Amino acid sequence: MTTAAMAPPTTASGDATSGQARDRVFWGVLMLAPYLLVFAVMVVYPVAYGLWLGLNWQSYKALFADPIFIRTLVNTVVFLFIAVNLKFLMALFLSGFFVQQRAWVRFMLVLFILPWAVPSIPTILSFRVMLNPENGMINQQLFHWFGIVEGPGWLTDPTLAFASSILVHIWKSLPFWTLILVTGRLAIAQDLYEAASVDGANKWQQFRFITWPSLATLYVTSTLLSMIWTLGDFNSVYLLTGGGPGDLNHVLATLGIRYMRNNNLDLGIASIICAMPLILPMVWFMVKRLSKGAE
Amino acid sequence: MKKVLDEGKLILIAIPVLIWTLLPIYHLFVLSISTQESMLAGKLWPEKPTLQNFQIVFNQQHYYLTNFWLQLFNSFLIAIATGLLTLFIATCAAFAISRLKAPGGHSIMNFALATYLIPAAFLAIPMYKAMGTFGLLNTRIALILAMVALASPYAIWVLKQASDKLPKELDEAAIMDGANSLQLFRLVYLPLMKPSMVVIGIYALLLAWNEYLYAFLLLSSEKAVPLAVGLGLFLSADDAPWNLLMTAGLIYAIPPAVIYYGFRKNMVTGLTAGAVKS
Repeated sequence: MTTAAMAPPTTASGDATSGQARDRVFWGVLMLAPYLLVFAVMVVYPVAYGLWLGLNWQSYKALFADPIFIRTLVNTVVFLFIAVNLKFLMALFLSGFFVQQRAWVRFMLVLFILPWAVPSIPTILSFRVMLNPENGMINQQLFHWFGIVEGPGWLTDPTLAFASSILVHIWKSLPFWTLILVTGRLAIAQDLYEAASVDGANKWQQFRFITWPSLATLYVTSTLLSMIWTLGDFNSVYLLTGGGPGDLNHVLATLGIRYMRNNNLDLGIASIICAMPLILPMVWFMVKRLSKGAE
Repeated sequence: MKKVLDEGKLILIAIPVLIWTLLPIYHLFVLSISTQESMLAGKLWPEKPTLQNFQIVFNQQHYYLTNFWLQLFNSFLIAIATGLLTLFIATCAAFAISRLKAPGGHSIMNFALATYLIPAAFLAIPMYKAMGTFGLLNTRIALILAMVALASPYAIWVLKQASDKLPKELDEAAIMDGANSLQLFRLVYLPLMKPSMVVIGIYALLLAWNEYLYAFLLLSSEKAVPLAVGLGLFLSADDAPWNLLMTAGLIYAIPPAVIYYGFRKNMVTGLTAGAVKS
């Protein structure tokens, strides 16, 4: 149906249509106003203020002179690379499991979603207690079953503590991305697989030539989105190790807050601004992508 | 035979996945029914399971829990206020952008999306500073406003997409009958948008309920903080009563889990649709 066919009948006079147009503009602006107000007060003003504070050249000098900051930059990149890739490989594999049409698999999906559905504070603190090297459940059980007297220092050894925060991060966000990939897999036409298996394609070939080409775009988009959000993951590091031991395991998201809590707001702002060259291109790309998808 | 083999392979995958998923949650539960002594034993099941922890929490009989009920109330208040405000703001904005084609609507949508994509942890410091200049620090209003600002962009985006799917002909027919914009909103848009609005209201509500970082930055008084921050206070002590923390944490985790499972079908399709679309 063309728009011309649906145009208001000719009986409507020019006055009435311009009156209606004015009415639309008036209500359109009025209904956008609440969001614009919140946006101006809570986003534009703080960001502008932050950028203005960030103009202080001295804070960048101080920042790069701080060994914790350099260490944090490296940590952030390593965290991002390992966490996101590992998470997506697991999600890709598990999405293949969860598309199986079996009642018990579908029931398991309900349990599998739990980490995503419950708030982080209790569960991450549960990890923290569980991984306690002395009286946590993991090391106590290692002792009980395998006689390991001094279990690994999950939260006290710097490398292990870092790995533990990655683990917690994956635990929390894996269900969501698995679900996304399950949705993606369900959208693939089943007869493609039937035709392929008639032609004698094995499971790997089916994945390689049917599943992967159909999922690739979604996989890449999701990875990018997950990268941005992983960069902002404060809870997995802060609640598990507090960036410790000895401030060795901070990521940018926790370091900025640490500076701020130590009454060093300028350094906090500067450390965030340093992350912008990494974040903004991804955000720009995703905005374009998402707003195109919405049209 | 092949069928049995397939089933066996699936079960071999299922077991580690279940252990990995449920262990921390099971641990949470075990500690909540453990006494102080058996908690330190790291057993898979406590020697003498007890409900005493719940009694202590409900009666606020511990230093860390003196404001338990008040903080629980704060969590409810902040979550519900955020849910309702976000719903109002996003429903109006999506209508203006999608149905009225308000001037500048497209750019506003893009700015909103950018806000949604920038990690919240990076907006926290400037927002904290701004709240200081507004004189709103340590008020629950500050946290509600912050959460509304964080929840609205995604809410608008999802509602706009849902609204774009409503047939244009409905509006045109209503306009021909002489309906003005407000009537269009009330009589055509709102009734059709109800399912998406439920999803978005719950999304904002859960976001606010679960939030830790902003709550702990913007609020400091023990009487103003939500339960999330109250639980975080346990971190300040090395010999914290973890069993009590886990008990309170379990109570705190139940409402969102129940809501999530109650609305699971809508939530999963509603929230993943956005990400899968592109």
